[in-house]
Amino acid sequence: MAQITFIDLNKDSITLEADSGSLMELAVQNNIEGIDGDCGGVCSCATCHVHVAESDMAKVGEASEIEQDMLELDDNANEFSRLCCQIQVSEDLDGVTLTVAGE
Amino acid sequence: MGKSEIPDPFKHKRETTGLGHFNDQNDPVTMVLGLKDVRKCAHNWKTFQSGGEEVGRIVVPSEVAIRETRQIPFEVDPPEHKGYRDLLDPWFKRPLEPAYQEKIKAIIIGVIDEVIAKDSVEVVEEFSLKLQSRALTVLLNIPYEESEVWINWGKHVFRSEESDLDGEKAAILYDYIDTQLDKAAVNPGEDLYSVLLNSEVHGKKMSKEEAKGVMILTFAGGRDTIINAVTNSIAYFAEHPESLERLRNEPEITNNAVEELIRYFSPLTHMGRVATEDTQVCEHALEANSRISLCWASANRDERVFETPNEVVLDRKVNPHVAFGFGTHNCMGATHARQIMNILIGCLTEKVSSMSILSQEDNIEDWQEFQRKVGYDSLHVKFIGK
Ligand code: HEM
Ligand code: FES
Repeated sequence: MAQITFIDLNKDSITLEADSGSLMELAVQNNIEGIDGDCGGVCSCATCHVHVAESDMAKVGEASEIEQDMLELDDNANEFSRLCCQIQVSEDLDGVTLTVAGE
Repeated sequence: MGKSEIPDPFKHKRETTGLGHFNDQNDPVTMVLGLKDVRKCAHNWKTFQSGGEEVGRIVVPSEVAIRETRQIPFEVDPPEHKGYRDLLDPWFKRPLEPAYQEKIKAIIIGVIDEVIAKDSVEVVEEFSLKLQSRALTVLLNIPYEESEVWINWGKHVFRSEESDLDGEKAAILYDYIDTQLDKAAVNPGEDLYSVLLNSEVHGKKMSKEEAKGVMILTFAGGRDTIINAVTNSIAYFAEHPESLERLRNEPEITNNAVEELIRYFSPLTHMGRVATEDTQVCEHALEANSRISLCWASANRDERVFETPNEVVLDRKVNPHVAFGFGTHNCMGATHARQIMNILIGCLTEKVSSMSILSQEDNIEDWQEFQRKVGYDSLHVKFIGK
């Protein structure tokens, strides 16, 4: 079981628990504002963009090349950007905070 | 070639110059073929615009000669584009609601029941066109019966047998939409026409001409694309019964399968843009006011990104395709299209044991340098129920 905190578009902080699936699925199931997950998690739509808290970057890890290529063209991308459909829930992610990237 | 195969005619050019050239009514189009280049150009709306003065010019073949109404939000650039999308997006996300999905499911079960009883079914007219038209009534929130009118228009609202562009045929649609908007203005309801006419955009009431621009696009953008996606799916599952069997046993991969089939089929081959300044793409100089096209179909077979790009890998996990476009103008009907595909797969696994192709005529688009199969002019299939 991992506790994950999302900070949504309204700056509300929502902490959720999960033990499987992707972070995008977790966010969509819990109606986190700003995470749409249009493509269902195949890295095609970029509607699951989050900024990982700097201190959590090591836990979450870096984007793959394909994911980086998607993020490169996102105007809100920075060095902490990830597409959260590409992050699988695991114990290691316990305590991580993700901020939904704005439009 | 397999009966349901959709070959990639762009490979050689994509791997060499990265570009194709299409002479469209003396207004040439430079086709951008690689995935990264397509994405970059789609992202760069300032240099490669959709808006512009000449309505219809970003469509290939150009519709400059046959259309005056600006399609919205398709032929509008940021920042105005956003005002329209913010207004329209919630309506076009309704397919996420369970009640919407139930209606689509009932429609799809209906068309499947109709075809299972027959010895031979021409899928384009008797299955896909019906499915597409009936599903569109749900998107527009109008009575189911109205779909009869659109089914009777036949397969091609814009194209005739002789030519890809037929002003007279297109006029049928434009006149129809005019009439529907006039009706909605007098007698507003809960349908998309009425919602548009009563909405505000950019601080003022939406005009009839704007509403018409949205409706034309909704009809035009959502017709051949859905028909091809559905018909091609039937052909694919007919030829690959093992795939249907796999989805029966592993329904959890349905979403991946939908994205993969859409990538593989790429129902919209390409879409144009007009350069606003002298620029270049793939080291090729482009003059201001010249046209490019973003070739989604080619980008979706880019071997630098997709492993085994010419194979349908039903559970492909990382699939950064651009079949629904990319960036600003990404497809507004994608939620509706994805639900149709998802529910279609579910219903086929539930109700159909197998399908066999009896005969077919491929629909091959002629882009001069490239001959691309996009679907079928006709596809005769026998459906066997469970
Ligand atoms: C499998 C089916 C479909 C495919 C493959 C598809 C593909 C596309 C693509 C590639 C674009 C981007 C065009 C560009 O960048 O210039 C687009 C835009 C659009 N599509 Fe679709 N489409 C599909 C179904 C639909 C449906 C069902 C509708 C509505 C009924 C629709 C409405 C639109 C609209 C309104 C836009 C313009 C969005 C904008 O400019 O902001 N599409 N579509
Ligand atoms: S859900 Fe589409 S890219 Fe993550």
